[in-house]
Amino acid sequence: MDILLRTDKVCKRFDQHTALDEVSIEVGRGRIFGLLGPNGAGKTTLIRIINHITAPDSGSVVFNGHPLCWEDMQNIGYMPEERGLYKKMKVGEQAVYLAQLKGLSARDARQRLQMWFERLDIMPWWNRKLEELSKGMQQKVQFVITVLHEPELLIFDEPFSGFDPVNAEVLKREILRLRDAGHTIIYSTHNMPSVEDVCDDIALINHSRLVLSGSVDEVKRRYADGRYEIRAVTDEEQARQVAASIPDAIIQPVLPSMNEVFLRAVQ
Amino acid sequence: MNKINIIILRELTTRVKKKSFIVMTILMPFLMVLLVMAPVLLGQITGDNQERIAVIDQTGKYAECLKSNKEYVFVRYDKMEASLKSDTTDITAILTITADLAENPKAATLSSSKEMQLSAVSYIENALGEQVRREKMASYNIPNLDAILDEMDQGFTLNTVRWDADGNESESSGALSLGVGFLFTFLIYTFVLSYGGMVMSGVMEEKTNRIMEIMVSSVSPFQMMMGKIIGVALVGFVQIAIWAVMFAALSSGAMYLLGSSASEAVQMAASPDVQSPLAAASADTSGFGGADFANVAALFGSIPIAELCIMFVLMFIGGYLLYASFFAAVGASVNTTEDSSQFTLPVMIVIVFGMYAAIGSQGNTDGPLAFWSSLFPLTSPIVMMVRIPFGVPLWQEVLSLVLLYGTAIGMVWMAGRIYRVGILMYGKKPTFKDLLKWLTYR
Repeated sequence: MDILLRTDKVCKRFDQHTALDEVSIEVGRGRIFGLLGPNGAGKTTLIRIINHITAPDSGSVVFNGHPLCWEDMQNIGYMPEERGLYKKMKVGEQAVYLAQLKGLSARDARQRLQMWFERLDIMPWWNRKLEELSKGMQQKVQFVITVLHEPELLIFDEPFSGFDPVNAEVLKREILRLRDAGHTIIYSTHNMPSVEDVCDDIALINHSRLVLSGSVDEVKRRYADGRYEIRAVTDEEQARQVAASIPDAIIQPVLPSMNEVFLRAVQ
Repeated sequence: MNKINIIILRELTTRVKKKSFIVMTILMPFLMVLLVMAPVLLGQITGDNQERIAVIDQTGKYAECLKSNKEYVFVRYDKMEASLKSDTTDITAILTITADLAENPKAATLSSSKEMQLSAVSYIENALGEQVRREKMASYNIPNLDAILDEMDQGFTLNTVRWDADGNESESSGALSLGVGFLFTFLIYTFVLSYGGMVMSGVMEEKTNRIMEIMVSSVSPFQMMMGKIIGVALVGFVQIAIWAVMFAALSSGAMYLLGSSASEAVQMAASPDVQSPLAAASADTSGFGGADFANVAALFGSIPIAELCIMFVLMFIGGYLLYASFFAAVGASVNTTEDSSQFTLPVMIVIVFGMYAAIGSQGNTDGPLAFWSSLFPLTSPIVMMVRIPFGVPLWQEVLSLVLLYGTAIGMVWMAGRIYRVGILMYGKKPTFKDLLKWLTYR
């Protein structure tokens, strides 16, 4: 696997507790890497180290084959969990501003923004102040700003929080499309269903330590307990016939998840 | 485009477009005019309210010298009357003089039912005192006494002359130098305070909007801080420029309306003719203050104007940079406006100390206080401006500027560091080792 980013035994201590204890991860190029763990496990600290916001106490971060440096920041897009934009500034204006700070020219920025805003249905809000937008709208703006300069590495910290299922679906689609276009994505969350839909590889951090890593498929196999489940689309009668040969089998109709119900009802 | 320029542009345009900025900028000159006019108008209101003072002068010598004016009307009575003490009277006080004051200085009494105003007491004291003095002089029987006294009243001024390096003499004026120095000092002081606070709230805005995580992963904290500080300074210049235009329009409008002699006087001072001896002479004959204007014009020549202006610009920029970065550092290290006050207090104390050092230095602009406080970066912008009209050696000026700019740039850099680290301050008290690490992390 072609490695875009590697952390090597990264440690970070705060006053009373250790936030990261010798965490080593490898993020493959062109893949979606799930950074998982319960609240306070150290995910955000690791992301901030990768983003050059804070320094590790020991250990190193290697990006594109060289130690991570300030210049690499132009090649990383980061959407923090604590979302934040200028509330009093107009949406379009501040998107252009932040894109310029990432090295785009004002003209390029405007062109690309137009494309993204139209795709995500937020064009009508271009000239509105951010504070007038709903939280979901603000999140979309934030997402666009993160990806606009087309960096090699994209980091999303809990990207789906605050989205309704419809918009979460839109965002998921966009993230997958970005991967297919060759971007590498680090996706931090503790929302496991979305991990199965999106991630190729994962690393699980618990109590500041890396406890699990590998491809989603491989990790799930590692935790398999030898049970099998039969799935077939059939009618009730045939299902009963098959079930007769398996002791203690339970037959249930296939019901949609609430997520599916929501999506079908609102679309 | 350079990132600092992008940041400067945003700071400038978003602030200048704000409604509050536009409203305040337009209202401010009117408020200032109102502030200046209000006491004048109020003073005129009290002026109408004359106080009547009864004078019972048994000697008959002093009533003459008590002249009625706008505030006091002196009414002569021959003897004490009961009506003077009644409630219905419009007399507020009674002055009784029972004997010759030159012989018995305690023979005059001012009595009233309420506490007398100090200004009334001193007005009467002065008038009577002058009369007594004249009487005593007259008692020596000197011929032509009045003429002698008039001649004595003519004042004189001490001419001060300064030698330059070549030994050439030039007229100088300590008072004028001081005035010019203080004007510049005051400009720096006001600008630093008002726009420094704007920088602080700007940095805090980024913290409260939680945009700083995006900012620090896009630009270096130094660029961020520098952009903000310069942007806000430009906002200040725009505001001042608007005020200057408005002030010019307002004051010329006011002069047109008043058409007063005051405006003529100002024009006379401003016109370059006054500097020529001929115009000075004609102004002299015209009476009011003409000679003074000529003198002032000549004295301005004694102040190193070019040096003063260059140093003012440099000191102004350096001083603003230093203090604005202080305010930025405060904004970066606190989360709420309430918290900020405890950090701004030390900054304010230093500024006020600088102001006092400037005032303290005026007596002796080459003394140790003036010398050291005009080199120390935190006070030098304020104190140096007071010293320059009196002449400061070049090496001191250069050293002071180097120290000021060095400290200012260092402080901007440190404010940037604090800003970046401020994101991660979950109640963690930084140790000295941590601080060093923050400062060296690239």
